[in-house]
Amino acid sequence: MSLLKAESIHVYYGNIHAVKDLSFHVDEGEIVTLIGANGAGKSTTLNTIAGLLHCRSGQILFRGEDITHVPAGKLVRKGLAMVPEGRRIFLQLSVEENLQMGAYCVDRREVETRLEEAYALFPRLKERRRQDGGTLSGGEQQMLAMARALMSHPGLLMLDEPSMGLAPILVEQIFDMIRDLHQKGTTILLVEQNAQAALSVADRAYVLETGRIVTDGSGQALLESPEIRSAYLGGE
Amino acid sequence: MTIFLRTLISGLNLGSIYALIALGYSMVYGIAKMLNFAHGDIIMIGAYTGIVAVMTMNFPPLIAILTSILVCSLLGMLIETLAYKPLRQAPSLSVLITAIGVSYLLQNLALLIFGSEQKAYPTLGAFPGFTVLGVKVDGMTVLTLTVTAVIMIGLTLFINLSRMGKAMRAVSEDRGAAELMGISVNRTILITFAIGSALAAVASTFYGMTYVYIKPTTGSMPGIKAFTAAVFGGIGSLPGAMLGGILLGLIEQFAKAYISTLWSDAIVFGVLVLVLIVRPSGLLGKKRAEKV
Ligand SMILES: Nc1ncnc2c1ncn2[C@@H]1O[C@H](COP(=O)(O)OP(=O)(O)OP(=O)(O)O)[C@@H](O)[C@H]1O
Ligand SMILES: [Mg+2]
Repeated sequence: MSLLKAESIHVYYGNIHAVKDLSFHVDEGEIVTLIGANGAGKSTTLNTIAGLLHCRSGQILFRGEDITHVPAGKLVRKGLAMVPEGRRIFLQLSVEENLQMGAYCVDRREVETRLEEAYALFPRLKERRRQDGGTLSGGEQQMLAMARALMSHPGLLMLDEPSMGLAPILVEQIFDMIRDLHQKGTTILLVEQNAQAALSVADRAYVLETGRIVTDGSGQALLESPEIRSAYLGGE
Repeated sequence: MTIFLRTLISGLNLGSIYALIALGYSMVYGIAKMLNFAHGDIIMIGAYTGIVAVMTMNFPPLIAILTSILVCSLLGMLIETLAYKPLRQAPSLSVLITAIGVSYLLQNLALLIFGSEQKAYPTLGAFPGFTVLGVKVDGMTVLTLTVTAVIMIGLTLFINLSRMGKAMRAVSEDRGAAELMGISVNRTILITFAIGSALAAVASTFYGMTYVYIKPTTGSMPGIKAFTAAVFGGIGSLPGAMLGGILLGLIEQFAKAYISTLWSDAIVFGVLVLVLIVRPSGLLGKKRAEKV
């Protein structure tokens, strides 16, 4: 049984048909990536799984349970967490308060331990714990967004363009972090524009084009595929 | 000198009432992101509840006040659930018009039940005053000011330190991201309305005891003044609402005493316009410096 399974989902914004008949799955322990150009429907797909958007038809299963109509606010308790596109940390809450919000559904006696965990993983955040989220640099904000999503110990972590807007050295750090989380057993669904980096960490990948999956395969296979190379990796 | 001190005291009294209403206004605006124009009418309902509780049900004063708080909180939650919640995705103009509709609904409901003749608010107790520099400071003013200050401090601590308060700030900033944390946006907004309306009930008690006569339109002027106070202080900011309320009360009473009773409201709103020209986000409002 797959951890997450999307079965022919269709998502609309009014009349705009943004995601068309999409089916894919993520197995326990995998890193799966969705890649595609701007406007391919990657964020729409993630937001639909996270319950922020709703599909007009199709079904989403998490651990075999139908979560298609479960509202976003209830999914964390089921083990789903997302770092949304643009991070969306709370700029006017302190770093520590942001993390506390990430643990909103966690047993209150457990929260301190989780905070320590987060600070061990991201020591920079500990130094800045009292600072407002809005005063952090872009890279620190991305770390905060990831730490915040990890506070609930999610069974599936969804990341929407974690490398967006970051300097190359920080992109590398973020991907090291993703590998690290994966090694510790976190299942990850990763959306990226940076196809090269995403395919190198992913076990499997799906390629989206205007709302449809056009190719899928192992990360390695797609990295080596000539069509993918020319379309997404800017290479020959 | 005597006139000055007397005006100062009545200004503080009126200002605290405005501040209490403005706190609720500002909180609902900051978290639910809407102008609840029916907020003033909740005061009117609170005052009538106080009258009925004391005159008809013969409740002792404290129980009467608590009844009024309970009724107003429930009413606030009812209004939010029936009128505003269905409009969560609607344009803000629709919500504003709905709020004005709710305001008229409450006024007409009161007209139907209590009639158009004004009713006297009961005296809930004697508050002995004292004399400073030859001016009698009545106990009512001291009580109003103290209660308002305590509520403002309590509310600020609640918003800043409690789990629910933090969730409220998170919802205020980004509803979608708050949902992703597992925070129920609807429940958070509902609680905000309950608290804001409870504050309006407390304000209604002081208003009733100070101004005595209550009629169905009683809530609209203090409502508008409190909204002005909230904007004046920086809408969304609780200390701003407190400061704005007190200043507004003082300006109004001083204008009445030294310039003209007729012109006092014009002066109040004139000052508001001036402040907003100099500081568009109000006295204590945040100038948002957001990083993208
Ligand atoms: N709120 C919206 N209203 C209308 N159309 C939208 C909305 N959000 C996205 N779309 C459209 O849906 C399609 C998919 O958008 P989506 O944001 O999912 O793309 P994406 O693959 O995440 O792109 P990017 O890499 O630029 O983030 C696009 O054509 C976009 O214009
Ligand atoms: Mg996107």
